[in-house]
Amino acid sequence: MLKEYDVIVVGAGPAGSMAARYAAAKGVSVLMLEKDRDVGYPVRCGEAVSATRIAPFIDPDEKYIASHINKFSLIFPNGTEVTVPLEENGYILERRIFDYELAKLAANEGAEILTRAYVNGLLFDGGKVSGVKFEYRGEPHEVKAKVVIAADGVESRVGRWAGLKTHIDFRDMECCVQITASGINVNSNTCYFYFGKDYAPNGYFWIFPKGNNTANIGLGVGGMIGKKKSALSFLIDFMEKNYPNASILTQIAGGVPCTPTLKKITAPGIMLVGDAARQVNPLSGGGISSGMIGGSVAGEIAAESVKQKSPDLVLTYDKAWHERQGKKHIVYNKIKNAIYNFSDDKFNNIAESADNLPDNKKSLGNVFKAALIHNPSILIDVAKVFVIK
Amino acid sequence: MLMIEILPDKCDFCGCCVGICPEDAIELKEAEIRIIEELCTNCVKCVWSCPIEVLKFNRNGVKVNLDA
Repeated sequence: MLKEYDVIVVGAGPAGSMAARYAAAKGVSVLMLEKDRDVGYPVRCGEAVSATRIAPFIDPDEKYIASHINKFSLIFPNGTEVTVPLEENGYILERRIFDYELAKLAANEGAEILTRAYVNGLLFDGGKVSGVKFEYRGEPHEVKAKVVIAADGVESRVGRWAGLKTHIDFRDMECCVQITASGINVNSNTCYFYFGKDYAPNGYFWIFPKGNNTANIGLGVGGMIGKKKSALSFLIDFMEKNYPNASILTQIAGGVPCTPTLKKITAPGIMLVGDAARQVNPLSGGGISSGMIGGSVAGEIAAESVKQKSPDLVLTYDKAWHERQGKKHIVYNKIKNAIYNFSDDKFNNIAESADNLPDNKKSLGNVFKAALIHNPSILIDVAKVFVIK
Repeated sequence: MLMIEILPDKCDFCGCCVGICPEDAIELKEAEIRIIEELCTNCVKCVWSCPIEVLKFNRNGVKVNLDA
């Protein structure tokens, strides 16, 4: 470990590893600090991702792909199940291997990585972030950096220490719980989504197959719901009703910040990426690929800022992210706010319209159109998605 | 007086409450979590948001174990 690095990344999830890799690839010195003992574990994720969106960053490899997805099955409150083929295929990942591979790619570019390194404060130099304080092997350390990239996940404390308002309104947090269970007889190429107040009000319930009759089964509910009934209670109800004898291999909890990205994800000497910046797609709750995009953009800008000796360059990341992805998330968030408030009756109406589509017309787009018929006010927001695409 | 209690045996250390806390009053290491009494305002948003019912509100106050 050096006394000073060009770039320090806090957190070794997908966003952090991408930031470290893209910075290191430009020839600057990089240190990435992970608080847990293993990169990639514990997993806090449904593990579904679009194949095309991660393709620019990592070659497909069966060792981190648990299953290949080409269908979505949507289950509505009255029990109607509508299955639609996907235009773009997806994967259910093995995140514990996937994250490890991403960190290895960062290391291959020259980034140094430490695990069990718990960052607990920032260093400042005249109002600019100039490094981090952390505990490692029971000892306190202080290491300087020209740029700090905070990839510390949903907690997002590092940004707060730099004066950014990162805490999230509890109503915008999807409070999630998930088990990986065996004895779940579902198609290994299909992601199942359940809607309605019995499954996951203000959110959705999912079954994502991982092959060999195992699956991730979980849900997220908005904080307003959690106030009355926890995510865990919904999961227990579902399992007792549907899979009372399933073997449970893991159980995890987690919060997914489902909002547009924070207005400011930079301050002098610091950039935020991934969940820490609230870069999750607020409609789907998916954060892997958007975090990877955020990390790659931030890493490159950080390296350029160091190489050009231009600290202000860091501040251009706000706009770069907004143009690349952030503006879409603003629209997705509006659609989310409309859909998450649908009543069971409205979902059932959509189910009826969608179920009546001829099989060769069943696509996510057409199901979405059916949803629009029942809530035309979303149309304006949807139009925006296509306009700004 | 601190009125929020974390049941450590039930906690999954997921960080959901940390992200929500408006006061930055929750500290989470790998498998250690604590509420910083001086910062906590007992707003209970963390209690509402915990996915697995680990945080509890106790009107009579919570003893802070200084040995921990």
